[in-house]
Amino acid sequence: MYDFEKIYQPKTIEQALKLKAEHPEALILAGGSDILIKTRSGKLAGSTVISIYGLDELRGVCIEDDGTILIRPLTSFSHITANPIIAKYIPVLGEAVDQVGGPQIRNIGTIGGNICNGVTSADSASTLKAYDAVLEIASVDGIRILPYAEFNLGPGKVDLHPNEILTGIRIPKDSYENTYGQYIKYSQRNAMDIATLGCSVNVRLSADCKTVERLRIAFGVAAPTPIRALSAEKAATGAQVNESLMETVASNAILDVNPRTSWRASKEFRMQLISELSRRATRAAVEKAGGKF
Amino acid sequence: MDKQKITFTLNHEKREEYIDPRASLSEVLRGEFSLTSVKHGCNVGECGACTVLIDGETFNSCIYLAIWADGKDVLTLEGLSDVNGNISDIQQAFIDEGAIQCGFCTPGFIMSSLPIIESPRTFTRDEIRKQISGNFCRCTGYETIVNAIEKTANSRHKAK
Repeated sequence: MYDFEKIYQPKTIEQALKLKAEHPEALILAGGSDILIKTRSGKLAGSTVISIYGLDELRGVCIEDDGTILIRPLTSFSHITANPIIAKYIPVLGEAVDQVGGPQIRNIGTIGGNICNGVTSADSASTLKAYDAVLEIASVDGIRILPYAEFNLGPGKVDLHPNEILTGIRIPKDSYENTYGQYIKYSQRNAMDIATLGCSVNVRLSADCKTVERLRIAFGVAAPTPIRALSAEKAATGAQVNESLMETVASNAILDVNPRTSWRASKEFRMQLISELSRRATRAAVEKAGGKF
Repeated sequence: MDKQKITFTLNHEKREEYIDPRASLSEVLRGEFSLTSVKHGCNVGECGACTVLIDGETFNSCIYLAIWADGKDVLTLEGLSDVNGNISDIQQAFIDEGAIQCGFCTPGFIMSSLPIIESPRTFTRDEIRKQISGNFCRCTGYETIVNAIEKTANSRHKAK
């Protein structure tokens, strides 16, 4: 039995928002693969929870009229990976979330829960950052649109007011169109482990595949929150596709990060990973885009 | 806390049950339905011993609230036997291949193998390993488990 003070089970988003307004202290329970475990361990025991897991209107992926990809937050990791829209336009996101936990966790864990937890190791976070995701956040007062870039306030802290619920994750067409991406997760085991470091790169090359038109790179566990490496992106813009591109990205990426020492890895090792994964992910993304070294 | 009615399909039969909304599905399956193939191993979604299928996907029933099963189709290992109680091909393969030692993890592994052996496509051994990567076995070293799953998948494909 889970030690909940109270559990609410809204049937619609409106009911959920009303409940959240009435009980601002309540935790939003999506797939529960973090909250239920922390309830079991005692850290969150005695909480009031609002279970939104049953709200199917918050599931699924679609393309809006202007080409924006809309991911509803309760979509499970496995459904993101299997989704034909994701597979066609942003396969790197499907590949990234296919590295979360194990199959059972990918079936219950949700992409919205992944980013609302606000942890730096979230496998979906670096790719969503690198694709300029925009969040739709709802409350009884209406809907607020927030760039995902501004969402993480600190470790485990996100810009969600006590009366708000995440209701959508959008990736604009301009961000994903004609891009190719690569996510690399470095972890101590191949499954059921949290990233020691995660790196997501996506590139758009010129028509002749010889110049980088745009490069985006973001990291997990390279700072207290998932972050974009803007210096590396700037340095790579307009660069020629050749061996020195990887060095350009890696040497600038290390200027943007601030990893810490934890029991998983030292700061020094993480710096080494940031540099090496930058190179490998950049090379792989450019090759997917048709670039030749 | 007040009990709440859920209606769901359990091992091919429609069932109704009044449950505590704080209960995990594994607690309800073991406690109310005596389906003891569902093991409580770690109770935090790490070991896979409580794996069941819900609408055809694998879930750790220990971190799945029983109220969420309302309207769903739940399958446990007990649901794999035929009406006369004969075990299924995958269960027999685990026995034949020596994929069982203490047996505690076995029901979870067999439930995790169902999406592989019921898939129309062929899984490589690496893909089989990935699909069972949320299940822990401390006896076999996994090799015999992969053998049992591969053998069953192959024989089902040949039968088609």
